Amino acid sequence: MTASAQRALTLEGAEAPHAAEQAELHPQKQHAHVRFINLGKVYEGPQGPVPALQGIDLDIQRGEVFGIIGRSGAGKSSLIRTINRLEKPSSGRVLIDQVDIGDFNEDTLVALRRRIGMIFQHFNLMSAKTVWQNVELPLKVAGVPKAQRQRKVAELLALVGLEGKHKAYPAQLSGGQKQRVGIARALVHDPAILLCDEATSALDPETTQSILGLLREINRRLGLTIILITHEMAVIREICDRVVVLEKGQVVEQGPVWQVFGNPQHEVSKTLLAPLQQALPEDVQARLQPHPSDHHASVVLDLQFTGSDGKEPDLSALFSAFGGRVSLLHGGVERIQGRALGHLLLAVSHSPLSAEELLNRARKHAQQAEVLGYVA
Amino acid sequence: MWLDRLWQGVIDTFLMVGVSSVIALMLGIPLAVILVTSGKGGIFEAPTVNRVLGAFVNIFRSVPFLILMVALIPFTRLIVGTTYGVWAAVVPLTIASTPFFARIAEVSLREVDHGLVEAAQAMGCRRWHIVWHVLLPEALPGIVGGFTITLVTMINSSAMAGAIGAGGLGDIAYRYGYQRFDTQVMLTVIVLLVILVAVIQLGGDRLALRLNKR
Repeated sequence: MTASAQRALTLEGAEAPHAAEQAELHPQKQHAHVRFINLGKVYEGPQGPVPALQGIDLDIQRGEVFGIIGRSGAGKSSLIRTINRLEKPSSGRVLIDQVDIGDFNEDTLVALRRRIGMIFQHFNLMSAKTVWQNVELPLKVAGVPKAQRQRKVAELLALVGLEGKHKAYPAQLSGGQKQRVGIARALVHDPAILLCDEATSALDPETTQSILGLLREINRRLGLTIILITHEMAVIREICDRVVVLEKGQVVEQGPVWQVFGNPQHEVSKTLLAPLQQALPEDVQARLQPHPSDHHASVVLDLQFTGSDGKEPDLSALFSAFGGRVSLLHGGVERIQGRALGHLLLAVSHSPLSAEELLNRARKHAQQAEVLGYVA
Repeated sequence: MWLDRLWQGVIDTFLMVGVSSVIALMLGIPLAVILVTSGKGGIFEAPTVNRVLGAFVNIFRSVPFLILMVALIPFTRLIVGTTYGVWAAVVPLTIASTPFFARIAEVSLREVDHGLVEAAQAMGCRRWHIVWHVLLPEALPGIVGGFTITLVTMINSSAMAGAIGAGGLGDIAYRYGYQRFDTQVMLTVIVLLVILVAVIQLGGDRLALRLNKR
């Protein structure tokens, strides 16, 4: 399906095939939707130039939900803003649909920006305009005739579930409703790309879920490419297909979300993931001893499943391999992109096997395993 | 008899302030927009224009109105053909109040969240669209408030215009009340001025409040 045909799809029309299916159908037709080539950005600070981005090389595929994560100041904002040229790169190139946007003038930039929607952390709605007028504004400045504007605005407000709020002003809305207006406004030109700048960071957890659900639905129904930046791993887990981890303006890790979650390589990724991970419970930690007190002591094993084999943890195989009593101290499995990732903290007692041998056997069933210690 | 004079004074004040304020409004808003958008990081960034215009505004704002009025006499003659009367007062009043109002409007425009400008750019607004659809509507409550202050200041200044025979309420209070010790006239004028200022302030505040949707 060509880009123009995709744009021509009405919101209420047939579902756009999901990007993954398209890739399988036409592997030769795939080229990166957005491509960064050796991108750099330097700010002039009071104490000389400050590099914000360095040597960024990335391909973002059509129809995928692409996450950019990093701590504050890592350069996420600058990077996402080079896509619609709110930020001008200092070096390197940005290609959109294989076109270099580097030397665009005001006319071509305006046309480009109408093909790229953007939503913001603080919503950035016009306070003096009603919900309706806010969503209508991008069409109005583009000179779209009134009848067409009305149809489109009504359609989008219905899509985001704000039918009853046409005449409300942003100040009368909740955070989640404001972001829905932002989404409607961003989609009003049927863009091919949606940029999300910390779109859920100012929202409470429940509202975050509903906004992420809406974004996922939009991605599936309209087949548009979503590029989002966030500092919350939970957001990435919820909706992204692929993720890059940015630190000090450089890409330090990238891959499918399940891979980065299951087996983070870089320190920053691990730090960002820490709040989501099952830490060792304090009471177990307190009872843990480095050496067995007697031969009845249980071995505490930490098994990690990274999802790389695409299988679920096989508990019966695990238990029969250990040959003893196995109790589950702590742990859990979550599914990301259809893969089971997780930690299991097991205490094994009355096994004829040594700790070393238990570990060897555990490694046949889990991607990573270690002996944490012993409990009496 | 003195009631007629008083009535004439009210008309003169309204005329002076009315005409000058409309011109100040029409010149001040574009001036404020240029001052804001030509500044560093503005959408029409032009540092030289910004500096020159800023200096010009500051000069006119620092000259006391009475001095400005006298200094402008040749210019006034050039524009309205006379240096005496209501129309001669309109020129210095306009020239004094335009920079004053422009500065106040500039502050309101500058307070518009930069995120809104960014959002407008991201949705494909041209720079003039941003001025028209974002900056001005968002700053409107503040601009209305600023215009109210300008009006009150102009009523104040217009009293001084009596010195060039422009008439108006201030002039009557000065000539009849102060120079002829006619307390009754002076008190009447003061009451009228208080009412006038109160009505303007109240009306301005109401309008600003109604426009403010934040």
